[in-house]
Amino acid sequence: MASEFAVELRDVVKRFITPEGNEIAAVDHVTMQIKNGEFFSMLGSSGCGKTTSLRMIAGFEWPSEGEVYIEGRAMGHTPPYQRKVNTVFQNYALFQHMTVYQNVAFGLEMEGASPDEIKKRVARALEMVQLTGMERRRPRQLSGGQQQRVAVARALVKTPDVLLLDEPLGALDLKLRKEMQLELKALQQQLGITFIYVTHDQEEALTMSDRIAVMSNGQVRQMGTPVEIYERPTNKFVADFIGESNFLEGRIKSISAKEASVFIPALNTEVKGMPMSQGLVNGEEVVVSIRPEKVRIAEKAARGEGLFKGRVLTSVYIGSDTHVYLDVRGVRIKVMEQNRISRLDPSSFYVKDQEVTILLMPENTLVLKKD
Amino acid sequence: MLQRLRENKSAQGTLLALPTTLWLFVLLIIPLILTLVVSFGKRSPDGDVIYTFTFDNYVRLVGYSTDCPDGQTSCFDPLYVNILRRSLSLAFNTTVIVILLAYPLAYFIARAHPKRRNLFLFLVLIPLWTNFVIRVYAWMMLLRKEGAINIVIGWLANLLNIPFTPLEMLYTPGAVLVGMVYEFLPFMILPIFTSLEKIDNSLYEAAADLGANAFRTFLRVTLPLSMPGVVAGTILVFIPVMGTFVVSDILGGRQVILVGNLIQRQFLDARDPTFGSAAALILMVMTLIVTYFYTRKFGFGEEIVPA
Repeated sequence: MASEFAVELRDVVKRFITPEGNEIAAVDHVTMQIKNGEFFSMLGSSGCGKTTSLRMIAGFEWPSEGEVYIEGRAMGHTPPYQRKVNTVFQNYALFQHMTVYQNVAFGLEMEGASPDEIKKRVARALEMVQLTGMERRRPRQLSGGQQQRVAVARALVKTPDVLLLDEPLGALDLKLRKEMQLELKALQQQLGITFIYVTHDQEEALTMSDRIAVMSNGQVRQMGTPVEIYERPTNKFVADFIGESNFLEGRIKSISAKEASVFIPALNTEVKGMPMSQGLVNGEEVVVSIRPEKVRIAEKAARGEGLFKGRVLTSVYIGSDTHVYLDVRGVRIKVMEQNRISRLDPSSFYVKDQEVTILLMPENTLVLKKD
Repeated sequence: MLQRLRENKSAQGTLLALPTTLWLFVLLIIPLILTLVVSFGKRSPDGDVIYTFTFDNYVRLVGYSTDCPDGQTSCFDPLYVNILRRSLSLAFNTTVIVILLAYPLAYFIARAHPKRRNLFLFLVLIPLWTNFVIRVYAWMMLLRKEGAINIVIGWLANLLNIPFTPLEMLYTPGAVLVGMVYEFLPFMILPIFTSLEKIDNSLYEAAADLGANAFRTFLRVTLPLSMPGVVAGTILVFIPVMGTFVVSDILGGRQVILVGNLIQRQFLDARDPTFGSAAALILMVMTLIVTYFYTRKFGFGEEIVPA
């Protein structure tokens, strides 16, 4: 525990040669510092470099440039079996020719632990993932969720400094996935081990993580807490990728330390006092990001600051919410309303061509650099 | 009627199995019964079968006789027992050598780049496009006294000024072994390759991740997961080696006589189908016993299926 960081990637690049013979950078100058005891997620769509980054930490791949540090030690070409990290694989990678017990014991046998110790630690690991009594089953005789737990137990039994998880819940159905999310999070807090979690599921990342790195094209687009990532995305990509956003183009009219006034041609208004991301200058062309759930549809037709008339294009009922698509002065705006009141009367829902007024609070918007 | 067949799953199964069942019945079961009947018969002086019920042929195979030259009441002639024993040990040795040669090669092919993998498999299969007998004759060209191997060694010896008398390789048990290994190698490479190829790369990574180096990964993960291929290959090699007579006929001459040769000669040269049938049945029973114990220990190779 020499270092403050469990894992550190310093300016790491990983290049691959495609079958066509082209060189591509799967990971392109990535720097990240993952603190001890942190639940850290790498989030991005497939091909963004998250899995390659994880594999370089595990030691399955070596960086083309830069360096991976684990507990402050440069890893260089250290093979996986000499790193104090363990991996839960996407498809679990359980040994089908071994029982659950043998799978979990495997890593301890490789360490040369005594039979007594192996027995004790395997029992404890299986208890931790609630698989006591399944010792003699083969992986094939288990459900997907149970296999997933075996994979977790097999990795955790080695008491690694860092546990790497590569989309471990990808193969499970939604309900089980949500259960396992909370369980893994609880396990991580209970053990105090650093978890590095790779996922393409933003809700999963937001649910479990202390911090998230949003990645695309081999680069980290933003790193921060779930709240920071969602409420204060630093660029249009992140605002678009995490959750949903309406984007309106505009130009900065005046600027202060943290706020900007932006003229939005589509609405033909200047909106004052909007929070903004860093590095913007006066007069710059920008985009204004508006989250659908942060727009209100006003009860009555009113006039005043932040009020705009619109016309309903479609209204989609999805149970917990209603998604309303509006035409506001020729701009398409999505609004999400929670269905907080139980109702059946069709007339209580928005219908096509209905005239409505929306309320846009400047503090609920965000001014971002145009990509 | 078609409608009813569509609903009746078991009738469908029966119908689908019918052609093969008929085929096996006509070409396997009936001949086997005929062989059994003949094996209890007697040879007439002009080489026909006299249908009786006698164990004479089997007694002769085992080697015990009451008709002894020097007046003893019973005596033992190990001639045929030795042939059976030689066949068994040759089949065993061939299988072991084939496994040792085929495994590393199959491993190499399975881990090769997918583009090159097909080329390698193709190279393994090419010899099978040539007639079996011709391939064995090719070995005769290599092994005989004036053959390619002796020429090369002689040339080298001449170069180094070492006296050299050509080696007697042909018509030895070693020649038969070499021929057998050569003939049956592909039948071991292919199933081992198939089972190695099925092993997901993430399993190797998982083993490394859990602290196993390359050697221990091989022993604990690769080898057990590829055993189905080894078992299938063993069955594909052991059984035919037990019965083949071509290799020993060509490369062993009169020196190396196996059960296969014995049976063949009884039918063609000695014109004693009754004794030939008995030998054939004993061969079959022996092979079945070995295969039974082998598969009981290792399974048929279907047990471990990667997820």
